[in-house]
Amino acid sequence: MTRFGMLPRRLVHLVIIVFGITVVTFFLLRLIPGDPALAILGSNYTHTRAVAIDNFLGLNKPIWTQYGVYMDRLFHGNMGFSFFYDESATTVIVSHIAPTLYLVCFSAVLAALISFPVGFIAGIRSSGVVDQISRVFFTLSFAMPGFWLGIILLLIFSVHIHAFPLSGFGSGFFGHLYYLFLPALTIALGFSTVLVRSLRAATITTLQAEFVDTALMKGIKYRQVLWRHVFRNSVLAVVAVFGVNLAYLISGTVLVENVFSLPGLGTLLVSSVSDRDYPVVQGVTLLFAVLIVVINLLTDVVQAALDPRVGQEIGE
Amino acid sequence: MTTAWANPSELLMQVATRAAGRRRSASRRRLTLTIGLGMLAIAIIVCVAAPLFAKDSPTAIDALRPLAGPFSPGHLLGTDQYGRDVFARILYGGRIDLAIAFGATSVTLVGGTFIGLVAGYVGGKVDSVLMRLVDLFFAFPFLVLIIAIVAMLGPSIFNMFVAIWITSWVSYARIMRAQTVIAKKQQYVLAAQALGYGRLRIMFRHILPNTVSAVIIFSMVDAVGNIILAASLGFLGLGAQPPSPEWGTMISDAQNYILTSWWLAAMPGLAVVFVGVAFSLIGDGLADLLRPGER
Repeated sequence: MTRFGMLPRRLVHLVIIVFGITVVTFFLLRLIPGDPALAILGSNYTHTRAVAIDNFLGLNKPIWTQYGVYMDRLFHGNMGFSFFYDESATTVIVSHIAPTLYLVCFSAVLAALISFPVGFIAGIRSSGVVDQISRVFFTLSFAMPGFWLGIILLLIFSVHIHAFPLSGFGSGFFGHLYYLFLPALTIALGFSTVLVRSLRAATITTLQAEFVDTALMKGIKYRQVLWRHVFRNSVLAVVAVFGVNLAYLISGTVLVENVFSLPGLGTLLVSSVSDRDYPVVQGVTLLFAVLIVVINLLTDVVQAALDPRVGQEIGE
Repeated sequence: MTTAWANPSELLMQVATRAAGRRRSASRRRLTLTIGLGMLAIAIIVCVAAPLFAKDSPTAIDALRPLAGPFSPGHLLGTDQYGRDVFARILYGGRIDLAIAFGATSVTLVGGTFIGLVAGYVGGKVDSVLMRLVDLFFAFPFLVLIIAIVAMLGPSIFNMFVAIWITSWVSYARIMRAQTVIAKKQQYVLAAQALGYGRLRIMFRHILPNTVSAVIIFSMVDAVGNIILAASLGFLGLGAQPPSPEWGTMISDAQNYILTSWWLAAMPGLAVVFVGVAFSLIGDGLADLLRPGER
């Protein structure tokens, strides 16, 4: 099987999963106890609007027809109407995407910057100083709620040192980076726990591999062996972990956006819950799930590009 | 052997068993477990018997002393904006968080283990259907799905339980299925099959006792997750509702006073960390005791 031979199969799998995701988000609205039209409209309730919603959801039709209608609208980019914002849910959601994307990418980069050196050194010198300190730190951070860590960082760096802003998104690319530094650091510290552990374990395993001995016997300098043979092979393991834990990263952004009042999808999701703006909740859930599935596929492709064996394994 | 849809659970197992390169003596292994159990016991005792340790009621208002700092007279950890005793609120609030750690974790542990066992042993269509369902749940960001479910059902502690029950059996099912598929090919199961024992007997009397340690170790990691989840939902206003004290809601309230009163946000968070570390240590200790071969 070739390097990317697994792709067609994976694409089929992707379609099936996305189909499943739409079924789940479709049924979410049906969890509402009582009359959905009443729940969706809340204080905006008028009889005309209720009838419009009943028509829109097709509540008077059989459930499979309703699902068909839902899918048809979805394909046309229509996620329903937000009565709270008095706009289409799609418009509302799209206007909140940027901060979340910035935050996810920024924290992924920070997490890599933190965990690559720490995990690698902890692996080379296991039981050394770096290893011991990082173990204690990450045991604590594993039990730490991300939003609480965010508040503590705020307390230290914004309230007492005044080094970073309390909240907001800033303007311009570098403005965004400046405003997002503390939120991204919060997520990155939590995310690093898993990355450091897996990189450390992978490094220890790789160090015992025979190709390392061979390289050393050929007379290559230890530092070069570490960098070109050990690190490059160990980091592969982390790429996989990265993809698998993306869901964790996204959950982190939802909480941290709320701590730092960032105008992103996470804040939108939570405020929509209290505004009982169900179409938006449904849409954001769908978007996050599809995002995760697509990035997972990309992780697989990256892995296969880095290591042909992985590609074959995934294809099997 | 990491495939794309696979394996948060397996990875978490690795976190739980802390796979590589640590060798500890038997006594030190026990020490981890003992410290963890000790910390958890302390947390449970002070929360359940809260009236013995905190003389104030968690909702009693001391109008004369709002926002008093830690170690002020009569209030060990200070008071909040209404003059309510922070220490008392943490102890009473712990009842909710601990209830979620145990209530949510135990139900999903039992349910997920059962489903994984059946899927792994029966195989065939039952297995494919159940595992596609598991894949589907893993496609969602866990917290987002829980928030969405709570949103639809309405925010309350009970609905938070329901949301966790609906979503988090999947990790157990996946771990248990993997264990069962391996066990199914082993000699003791083949022997039991040759003796003509029934499916149920083989599943519950033979396979389950030999594989259950994996899910039990994972459940400790999961308990840490559930404590944090309960606090997170409380923080977002989707869990416990005020004025009932809960660690996450306390931290959420404290945000308005962050410029002046740091202890309001810091103290409940430390309580979460304390209980979380306790469960982590228990998980570590159990991993050492139950599956020493894996390290």
